[in-house]
Amino acid sequence: MKDKDLIRMANQIASFFTPYTDEEAVAGIADHIAKFWEPRMRKQLLAIGVGAKDLDPLVLRALNDPAISA
Amino acid sequence: MTLKREQDFGTPKRASDTYISLKVDGHDVRVPEGSSVMRAAEEVGISIPKLCSTDKLEAFGSCRLCLVEVEGQRGTPSSCTTPVRQGMTVHTQTEKLKRLRRGVMELYISDHPLECLTCSANGDCELQDAAGEVGLREVRYGYDGAYHPGTEVDASNPYFQYDPTKCIVCSRCVRACAEVQGTFALTIGARGFESKVTAGMDEDFMSSECVSCGACVQACPTATLMEKSIVEMGQPSRVVETTCAYCGVGCSFRAELQGDEVVRMVPSKEGGANEGHSCVKGRFAWGYATHKDRVTSPLIRDRVTDPWREVSWDEAIAFTVDRFKEIQAEHGKGAIGAVTSSRCTNEEVWVVQKMVRAAFGNNNVDTCARVCHSPTGYGLKQTFGTSAGTQDFRSVEQADAVMVIGANPTDAHPVFASRLKKRLREGAKLIVADPRRIDLVKTPYVRAAHHLQLKPGTNVAVINALAHVVVTEGLVDETFVADRCEAESFARWKAFIAQEMNSPETLEKASGVPADEVRAAARVYATAGNAAIYYGLGVTEHSQGSTMVMGLANLAMATGNLGRDGVGVNPLRGQNNVQGACDMGSFPHEYPGYRHVSDDAVRTSFENAWGVDLYGEPGLRIPNMFAAALDGSFKGMFIQGEDFAQSDPDVQNVEAALEAMDCVVVQDIFLSETTKFAHVVLPGTTFLEKDGTFTNAERRINRVRPVMEPKAGLSEWETVARVAQGLGYDMHYENAAEIMDEIARLTPTFKGVSFALLDREGSVQWPCNDAAPEGTPIMHMDKFVRGKGQFMLTQYVATGERTNRKFPLLLTTGRILSQYNVGTQTRRTKNSEWHAEDVLEIHPHDADVRGISDGDLVSLASRKGEVSLHAKITARVPQGVTYTTFHFPQTGANVVTTELSDWATNCPEYKVTAVQVGLTNRESDWQERFHVRALTTAGE
Repeated sequence: MKDKDLIRMANQIASFFTPYTDEEAVAGIADHIAKFWEPRMRKQLLAIGVGAKDLDPLVLRALNDPAISA
Repeated sequence: MTLKREQDFGTPKRASDTYISLKVDGHDVRVPEGSSVMRAAEEVGISIPKLCSTDKLEAFGSCRLCLVEVEGQRGTPSSCTTPVRQGMTVHTQTEKLKRLRRGVMELYISDHPLECLTCSANGDCELQDAAGEVGLREVRYGYDGAYHPGTEVDASNPYFQYDPTKCIVCSRCVRACAEVQGTFALTIGARGFESKVTAGMDEDFMSSECVSCGACVQACPTATLMEKSIVEMGQPSRVVETTCAYCGVGCSFRAELQGDEVVRMVPSKEGGANEGHSCVKGRFAWGYATHKDRVTSPLIRDRVTDPWREVSWDEAIAFTVDRFKEIQAEHGKGAIGAVTSSRCTNEEVWVVQKMVRAAFGNNNVDTCARVCHSPTGYGLKQTFGTSAGTQDFRSVEQADAVMVIGANPTDAHPVFASRLKKRLREGAKLIVADPRRIDLVKTPYVRAAHHLQLKPGTNVAVINALAHVVVTEGLVDETFVADRCEAESFARWKAFIAQEMNSPETLEKASGVPADEVRAAARVYATAGNAAIYYGLGVTEHSQGSTMVMGLANLAMATGNLGRDGVGVNPLRGQNNVQGACDMGSFPHEYPGYRHVSDDAVRTSFENAWGVDLYGEPGLRIPNMFAAALDGSFKGMFIQGEDFAQSDPDVQNVEAALEAMDCVVVQDIFLSETTKFAHVVLPGTTFLEKDGTFTNAERRINRVRPVMEPKAGLSEWETVARVAQGLGYDMHYENAAEIMDEIARLTPTFKGVSFALLDREGSVQWPCNDAAPEGTPIMHMDKFVRGKGQFMLTQYVATGERTNRKFPLLLTTGRILSQYNVGTQTRRTKNSEWHAEDVLEIHPHDADVRGISDGDLVSLASRKGEVSLHAKITARVPQGVTYTTFHFPQTGANVVTTELSDWATNCPEYKVTAVQVGLTNRESDWQERFHVRALTTAGE
């Protein structure tokens, strides 16, 4: 899976949560990715997340949620 | 069962809480107020001779055959136009009536050819029946009436013919076209003996605006309008009740047969979805089932460049099993997956998802709803608590305002459109939100109060603007919201939507819809009384598809338009069993009944029932499978009746993904674009060979009954069960009914469903369980499935697909009436006489500045690819927007669509692609490769 596609998809999720508070957005992004993304996609996103410039800051914060890495 | 005609009560059923008692020929009868005397008589088995009346049409009173005598009343009124009165005493058979009826029949027969033995209606002619009922023995006026002898039969329509010599001018066809179909294509032309049925402006049927729904043919009491199949084959001898396999309306049909050969399909009056109506596809386009192209033997090949080898079922299944085992051994359990089909029955879908979870050992199962209504599932679950439309189709009869958004019902859901148009003719107001001027905007006796002609990709801007008006102009149904919705989420949404950024004036810049028009439409929707929303893929197939579905739900909740007749949020599902395929657990994150795979209690219930440990993580969605195939971690796929290589976006990427896999197995009825990349083809079955159920857009579970044996000898569920067995999982059923029994045991919303129940009741709408043993026509009546309705914040976010100097136009795609999706079925019928190729609609200005004339070959290019097709210049599309369909593989419409998708579900953004259009004199490179591949596949 291409990194740029995963980054785009993750950032799209973040954009939905724009009107919510940052805390809610971070939790919502993490919950969505945990519930809908297959583990190999999550693993790749976590790998991208380390030092990624293109990822929305809210996604980067969501990657700390243990639900994503489970 | 042997052929038995449906009872015709003569006039429509009336609904009333008041009942009227009367006597007919000495029998006590009790019927709803407003019923006709004719209907009351028929209710107690007394059939009054008739010709111009039928219970699908309002009484007309022209044939003068259904006369009765009423005690205390002078004269002999026609029973069809006489309403019942309390205490009336009716006589249907007196000497006077017999004499009068015989006289009327003499007049009819004097003007009708006596060719009964060679007439196509012989054995099914109401004129013949009526002559027998009245005891006609002579015709005093002779038989030389002016019945237009020698007049040419109009055989222009591919499916039925019009023979004016047989016409008795009862006007049933004219009234059916108007009252039932709502097209108004027919009239009675001329006067006196010259009177005859006329199509359009005195044209042949094919040249007129007739949409070939078949309502006129069904209404005709003689052989005047007759199916060509009956003319060629004769009358049927038996009938099987079944369900159409085209769109999500899910019409019930009587398959009328000679042996196992279909003679005609007639819409069933008892069908809950269609109540006796049909469209050109379901009524006539069933010939593909016996088309010469059907795949009737399993096929295998080692490499996709090899020729196909016809093999036995055992060899094909062993080949599949061996390849899948090898892949999993080498690349892991998650390296294979499957996709279910919305064309297949609930039972067939169930076994595929079960095979994936229990035999593959993963959750890599998805369905074609991924590319159409997956945002509906997500959005309605978030707001209401379950993934389903809220109403039955009949509900629209109570609507005072209807908002049709991103849907084109007259083309894509024509039988529902007829119901809708009837209600609009009765005065309900219509709001259309669509970039194109669809037919509903202005059609006979229907004109939209507001056409919100938004720019593609700006749905959320429009729905937010509508909601902004509701909130800021005090149009919220405060009582409903307080009683039925979460207070906190509502308060927050109210504050959000009231912000100036969501006002019609601010969002006009994005959407292109004048603010005044939005404000007026919002007031209509919010104040009409009962306001209903019907939507289609123009809502879902966007990068904000799920957001838009939530926006629709927000608007309905805020205005209290949920939980009763005439209101609701109603997805018009594209395919016959989209709802069912989703219900049956086809999504990679959900078990049947929309329960997440990580829910331990749910997973345990399936593990206990299936005797196997199940995986608790979500699987890959279709686009994720393709991406994984390209990076080498996904190597095998079982594809049930899908044609990705034509239907899915960015086709060249799909082709590359399919080419990258080691084993692609396709279960289908024809070789397709996708089978060009397959290693195994397992012959599928058409709906005429299936035994099972479909669930339509109103959650109605209908029986699908076989009229013939599977062409290749195995049903689809048997094939899947054998693959699962080969993989080491013991999947076994004796019949499809057993599968439904398992579905009912494991799916709470289906708990009460069984074939026995459906055979008894005809159909049932889920939830069907202990709380609702007869089903649930309208959902969320007293409370939402999730308890309180949840308002979601729906910020408008512009799509990433932008026009620029290189690609200055937007392309949006859709379908038309006569063809269906990728055309696999309809292209193999005479429906192609209406639409033989996909064309590009372009606005006159956009065409003019490019030097394009109507019919020119043009190139359509996006950043993804290029195709060539012919231009159709029309102001139906606004300036800056182009439109095409994807019914023909050689068009390659999805060569130009992009990888962009809905944020929540990955539903592709088919509806917005930045393109350039220009004159060309050649097909595109992709199309040239397509033709080479087609020749190679054909062995030339």
